[in-house]
Amino acid sequence: MAYSNKVIDHYENPRNVGSFAKDDPSVATGMVGAPACGDVMKLQIKVNEQGVIEDAKFKTYGCGSAIASSSLVTEWVKGKTLDEAQQIKNTDIAQELALPPVKIHCSILAEDAIKAAIADYKQKRGG
Amino acid sequence: MNYFQLFDLPEQFELDLAELGSRYLALQKRFHPDNYAAGSERDRLLAVQQTANINDAYHSLKHPLLRAEHMLALRGIKLSNEQRSFTDPAFLMQQMELREQLAELATVVDPEQALYDIEQELQQQRKALLRALHQALASGTAAQDQLAAELVRKLKFFYKLQQELELIEQQLQD
Repeated sequence: MAYSNKVIDHYENPRNVGSFAKDDPSVATGMVGAPACGDVMKLQIKVNEQGVIEDAKFKTYGCGSAIASSSLVTEWVKGKTLDEAQQIKNTDIAQELALPPVKIHCSILAEDAIKAAIADYKQKRGG
Repeated sequence: MNYFQLFDLPEQFELDLAELGSRYLALQKRFHPDNYAAGSERDRLLAVQQTANINDAYHSLKHPLLRAEHMLALRGIKLSNEQRSFTDPAFLMQQMELREQLAELATVVDPEQALYDIEQELQQQRKALLRALHQALASGTAAQDQLAAELVRKLKFFYKLQQELELIEQQLQD
């Protein structure tokens, strides 16, 4: 199966790989996995007092499409408010990366990861 | 199709693999296309279809995860090709750590020992999950079936880890 150029670019030069300190109160973490392929994805956001995502990092163990999807999402969420980031749809990710139908689940995983990170932040802040 | 019925085996997770193997061979022999060479075209087609079913069934029953998936499918829970994300944070954190340990294997002082340690741990975790799965499937209640489905999802991550580990093992040997 051929990967699109955008997937290859994110796979070879992934943006924002790494981790933030978990005990930093402005950091929230979203962890998701796909049992079917065994992929594991961690997406972290750093949120300022105004509720804007200042920075994002990810770590993904999985195929090229999963890595590209999470890399792309970390780029997209920077500078967005939590409400804006909440609106990111897997279809937007799949379209941007030209994912084939069998790899759509990778974009779903990335959408679920950012939603999980936002939920973690809201929970940390007491709702 | 109920694969257990096809093999005339009790519908349970615990399975005698030698018995499964000998029943597989007997069924294959019975539906071998040669036996239908003189039959009608319809009979020949049915024999080919039946041979395909027997192969699918054997493949599914042989592997514990596929067997559990088949049992759950018979009970109305379809797990294959499931697209829903798995979100148990503690479990995923542990998976992430195991993946990191595997990724760092090449750089540790004694990779073979480290590999052995991880393999032992994976095996232990897999065994514990399989035991719990066996218990959950034996119960047959709806709640236990849901628990069994969750255990199958977890086991899939562990089988994937085992594959990754074997890849690294090969690379280390080369």
